[in-house]
Formats: sequence, C-alpha cells, structure tokens
Amino acid sequence: MTGFEAFGRRGLFGVGAAGLLAAGLPATARAQATPKRGGKLRIGIVGQTANTLDHTSPIFASPNERVVNYTLFNTLVEIDPTGKAIPELAESWEIGPGAKRWVFNLRKGVTFHNGKEMTADDVVFSLRRHNAEGSKSGALALMRDLEAINKTDKYQIEIIHKTGSLDIHYLMSDYHFAIVPDGDNSHKGMGTGPYVLQTWEPGVRFRGTRNANYWKSGRAHVDEVEITVVNDDAARVSALRAGEVDIINRLDPRTVRLVEAAADLKANIAKGYGFYTVNMRTDIAPFNNPDLRMAFKLATNRKELLDRILRGYGSLGNDHPIAEALPFHASLPQREMDLDKARFHFQKSGFSGTIPLHTSTAVFSSAIDMAVLMQAQAQKIGMNISVERQPPDGYWGNIWLKEPFHMSYWTGRITTDIMLSTGYASNSVWNEGHWKNPRFDELLVRARTEFDEAKRAALYAECQSLLRDDGGVMIPLFNSFIDGAKKSLGGDLTAPNMEMAGGRIAERCWLG
Amino acid sequence: MTLSRLIARRTIEGIATLAVIAVLLFGGVELIPGDPARTILGQSVTEEAVRNLRVALRLDQPVHERFLSWVEAAAQGDLGTSILNGRPVAPDFAWRAKNTLFLAGYAAAMSIPLSIMLGLLAALYRDRLLDRAISLGSLATISFPEFFVGYVLLTVFALNLGWFPVLSSVTPEMGLAERLSRCFLPAVTLSCLIGAYVLRITRAAVVSILSRPYIEMAELKGASRTAIVLRHALVNAVGPIANVVALALAYMVVGIVVTEVVFTYPGLGQWMVDSVAKHDMNVILVCGLAFGATYVGLNVLADIAAALASPRLRHPR
Repeated sequence: MTGFEAFGRRGLFGVGAAGLLAAGLPATARAQATPKRGGKLRIGIVGQTANTLDHTSPIFASPNERVVNYTLFNTLVEIDPTGKAIPELAESWEIGPGAKRWVFNLRKGVTFHNGKEMTADDVVFSLRRHNAEGSKSGALALMRDLEAINKTDKYQIEIIHKTGSLDIHYLMSDYHFAIVPDGDNSHKGMGTGPYVLQTWEPGVRFRGTRNANYWKSGRAHVDEVEITVVNDDAARVSALRAGEVDIINRLDPRTVRLVEAAADLKANIAKGYGFYTVNMRTDIAPFNNPDLRMAFKLATNRKELLDRILRGYGSLGNDHPIAEALPFHASLPQREMDLDKARFHFQKSGFSGTIPLHTSTAVFSSAIDMAVLMQAQAQKIGMNISVERQPPDGYWGNIWLKEPFHMSYWTGRITTDIMLSTGYASNSVWNEGHWKNPRFDELLVRARTEFDEAKRAALYAECQSLLRDDGGVMIPLFNSFIDGAKKSLGGDLTAPNMEMAGGRIAERCWLG
Repeated sequence: MTLSRLIARRTIEGIATLAVIAVLLFGGVELIPGDPARTILGQSVTEEAVRNLRVALRLDQPVHERFLSWVEAAAQGDLGTSILNGRPVAPDFAWRAKNTLFLAGYAAAMSIPLSIMLGLLAALYRDRLLDRAISLGSLATISFPEFFVGYVLLTVFALNLGWFPVLSSVTPEMGLAERLSRCFLPAVTLSCLIGAYVLRITRAAVVSILSRPYIEMAELKGASRTAIVLRHALVNAVGPIANVVALALAYMVVGIVVTEVVFTYPGLGQWMVDSVAKHDMNVILVCGLAFGATYVGLNVLADIAAALASPRLRHPR
C-alpha cells in the first residue's frame, strides 16, 4: 500500500504546489477576488495572561496560542478549509501494512526564520519532546500509542504506531506538533511559518512581520500581523465595531445580529467539531441503570437548548460525539424529545430521589443556564435534578469524570477515531461516562486499520449507534465557531476544526 | 515623638506586616482546594502529566521547605519564574506594575484635586443648592458599579463619538501622548469610583471642624469665610483627608481588575487573579507583597502628612 493510494481516497492525488492549491481551496475562495498583498492584519482574540510559546507547556492551548502557533510555525500536515489533511512540511506520506509504520517525506529547501534548513532532525526533536521523560505536554495523551519516531533519512522520518492507525497524518496537524529547530528549548518562536516574531508580550500582544523566504506560494498576503488579547466579550465586539481590529474570535451568539447589522462587518460561522455533553457515570449508581440514562436522553428538548443557549448557532447532537462535518459521521435517526417513552424508561428504572447535576462556567459561559433548562425539562417526566454550581477553577481536576452526573465540553478532535478513542473506549484517558463496551472497543480497533473506506464507515457507524443508545453521555448540541470580521477581509476564513480559519487566519486572509 | 522616630517605627512595622502577608499568601494558596497540577492541566489532565508536573512544581516537597527556599531566593533578588509560562516574574512584574501605577497616578491627578475642591465647596455652602447638587452627583457616581461606568463611557466616547480608542492595551514603546489618550477612559472610570469617596470625606471632615469653638472665634474676630476654611479648617482636616487619599490610591493599585478587563489594560490586577486561579505561586507572592507594600507605604505617608500638617500629632500630650 503506498501513500498516494492512501490519501488518494481522501480525494487528493496531486502534491505539487499547483495541485495543492487547487485542492486546498474550495469553490467559495476561488470565486472571491484575487488576493491582495500588503497591509497590517489586526486580530482581537481570547488568550490568557500567562500565554506561552512553549508547545510542551500544559497551558499551551488558548485561542491566542493556537493562532500565534500557525502564524509562526508549520506542522507536517495541514487541515484545509474543508477539514481534509493536506501536505505541509511533509510533502507526502506512505502507510505500511496494517498502518503500523508511517513514513513522512519532508519538503526540501524549507528554512527556519534564522536561515537554517529544516530536516528530519528538527522534526524528530519537535515530536519527541512531547513524550520525553518528564513531559508535561498537553499532547502527551495524543502520543500514547506511538511506539517510535525515527529519522530514516535527512528528509524522511518514520512513525511507528503500537497497533496501527490510519489517522497519523491527521494527528500530525495538531498545533502541539509544530516543527522547531533541533535542540531549541528557548521558545522564542523560531519556526518555518509565514511570519517572523517581532514582539511577544504574554497575554497582551503579538506582532509578526512577513517571512520573506516563506516556502508556500499563494499564502501570507499581509505584511504584518498584530494580535491583541481581548478577553472581555463586550470589549472584543466593541474593538471590531470601532475598527480597531479586523477580526475577532468567539462572538457571543447574542451579538451576532449586532455585528451583522453593521454595514462593513460580518459573522464568519463554521459548523465545527465542538460539543457540549452531560456525563452519566455508567459504573456507579444511579446511572449504571441504562433505563435512567435513556429517560434523561429522551426527556431533553434539544431544539429548545439550541434556540435558547446557542441562539440557533450550532446543530443538534445525537448522543455521540461525531460532528456532521467529520468524514465518518453516521446519519442515524435524530433523537427527539419523547416524553411518553422517557416516562416509560424512567418508571422502568425504578429511580426516585434527586440527582445532583454538577456544572460550572468553566464548561462554557452559559453552562449554568443550560443545566437549569435541562432540570426543568426532566421535571416533566418526574425526574428531579438539582443544579450544583461549582467554582470554575478546579472543575476539570475535581469534578469532571469524578461526579456521577456532570457537564463537560469538548472542542472536538480532528478524526472520528481520535475522538472515540480519547473519550469513549474502555481504556480512554478521559472516558467520559466510565462506559465499557467490549463490542465498541473491538469495532474501534478494527476500524483504525480498515483500509476499505466503506467498511471503515460501517464500523464507525455501529460505534456511534452503540454509544447513542447505551453510552453514558447525553450530547445535546454541537456549537459553531463564530468569528466577527470586516467584510473587506478576503480569503476562505472558516474551517470545521478550529475558529479563525482553523487557526491559520494570518496566512489565509488578505485585506480588501 | 519626633518625625524621624515615627517614620522609623512605621517602617519596621511595615516590614513585619509584609512578612506576615507573605506567610498568609503562601498558606492561603496552599489552602485553595484542588491539586495545582490538575488545575493547571485542566481538560488535558492525565495521570502521567500530573505526576511529571507535580515534580516540576516541587509539590512532592513539604510546604515549609518550598516557602523557605522562596524566601532564600527572593532575598538574593531572584523572584523566580512563572510556573505557567516559565518566564521570569521580575520583568513582567515591573512592566505591569508600571502600567498599574501610571493608570492610578493618572486617575489620581484627575480626580483628587477636583474632589477635594468640590468637597470644600460643599462644606462652604453646606445645605445649600450647590452642596445638594455635589452630594447627589457624588452619590450617583459611587453607586454605579465600575463595569457599568466603563461600558457607558466606552459606548459613548469610543464607539459613538470615536474620541478615544476601545482598547487601552498600552505597549512599552508607546509615546506619552498616545498613552494618555488610551488611558483616558479607564482613568475617568477610576476617578468616578474614588473621587466621590474623597469628596465626601473631605466635606465631612471640614464640616465637623467648622462646628468647633475656635472657628466660631475666627468668625467673631471677623475672618472671611474663605480664610476660615482654608487657613483654619482645611489644615486641621488634613489628617482624615490624607488617610482617605491614601486608601483611594491604594485601592487603585490593587483593586482595578474589573476596569482592566473592560478596557483591556495590561495591569497587575488581572495577572494576579489569573495566577490565583492557576496556583501560580511565584506570581501571587510578588503581586501580593507589592499590593501589601502599597497599602503599608501609603498609610505611612498619610501618617507623615497628617503629622506635618498638625503639630499636635507630632507632640502628643
């Protein structure tokens, strides 16, 4: 099995620059005006006061870090605006038998901002630092099943997966896996990316100027990028309306209309992979009773939640975590509110009493409102829920995965396999419902190395179905990414994997 | 007690207070529920990462050892690094402290002379229309929460009129003129907050002194109202006024998180709050001690000012 066949099935044959460009940009972008060079792009974004440029730091995760990352660095693989993996620093890849050994062929002649050529040594260093001894990296769990990362040639590396996986190229697009020079632990933003670091004030400001030697053609149109951290929702919208920034992230659903009403502004809305979930631990009372889980799933009025919590900017969930935009999303019948059936299951469960639902603004800003709405909905079948509001700091450490009934949020994962393996298999690092289903586990492992696309889709469909009907999660909603931007800002600026054009806003946009 | 003895005594007391604050801060952060390593890792928590982070944060060592080694390093001028982003605390602290002091100074320059003047006027024209108007106005500004005042100012002067920028994110290389313009709205917000307070204390202090027998004496000897207020009443009211000014200044240094967030201003407040949420001990200690030192220092200054203005305080019977 060669690499070209492998990703040919994903609809990408050409890997030359011209073919890449045509395949990478969907029709909307090609229809837009031709890119314009020059100018300064000003971004207003959510960040944290202790922002960092260290990819291996556990706090390297905020939107500011992700966008700055793709402004300074490249990864081996890029996610295009439709969610497909396309070559970036790796110009092609080959998948061995059983998808255990992957070979990535690196692009030649790519240089870091300091002029040094990027080679296999840099790539191996950049990847290995995440699972090195004593690693605190947020990507540690992602690398759990990787057995080895080796240099095979100056321009080639191999990655060995313990059991085999067809998603390694997607994994390599993760923002943690940015390529830095071999041995560079200074975290000064030295990368191969479209912009060169000029100013870095954590939690305040970033400034970068165009990399004159950038290897990608047809990208990086603006001369300068300035990013200001603006954590207050109202201040971000105000800065956009006053014309002090060209684009902001996380537009509050309530302010979308306000932005759309302005003649020169628009909301860029992308259906994403992120979702809200209510976890019911299947290993302890009371939700070890499948009827009680089903009662709650059926009692929830998802449409009301979508309208009232997200103002319609999202889509309905079906109690499994695979978003519509993901390749192996199974079109199962949408679970609707059905009070009669819900009452039946609730009575059958024999449960009486009050179940505390733990939630916090750490989950998302309207999590308390959502909990209160669900409480009222469950009340209709006689199911009593008390809303336990928890402080935001410590929620993920003390409540999440621990309490029998609690809320959670996921930004989603880049493939169906990574999503299901991360949160729903018996041996998942974060098994949301403490759900253990041998059939599910077996299907998931088989699908990971199933080269036949149709068969693989069928395996994932059964996984989603099992989770939907028996799993310990009620997933009512998927949210959309909403950026606010000037209408004059050109380019394909939405992507399903992340806000701000998948984090690559700096190299994909141009000023009109 | 002579002035120099007063200063010496208050300085020693101040240092002792700071030492107690350091212990309380350290202990307080230890008491925050939850494991710091888990809190920092958030949703990317794994057992292996928790173990590694705990070692890196030296959480496997006893509290007193960690505290003593911090004191030892700090005594040698090493304030340590942020456990979150690994940067040295000192330069980031210096830069943010400068911003906080600049904004506090700006707001103080704007509001304190004005509110002392208005307070005097209100006292002079006590129970007349001007006094009522000033009292009502000051009550109104003190009653609105700062985020409300901030958003109203932003909407009117930044969004609708466009006179001032929305983002007050100052940078080190920014010139004074631009800095003053960017900080204008937050400074006005803070002025509303503390101005009213200073005004009302000034009025109350002067009014109480105006009812004293020696003021009656001055009136009887035929001194003008202005002379009475300025030469006899104000000088004796300096004590309480200096105290409230010190408190107001200290408040502006330590308590303006909301204003910082509304105006996107890179000061100490937000940094401190975020650090507490993530148990970033080195940052918390430095910020907390700086805040403590501000209170202690300003109180000492207020005492000295009061002593200078009133010989009775310097020579107690």
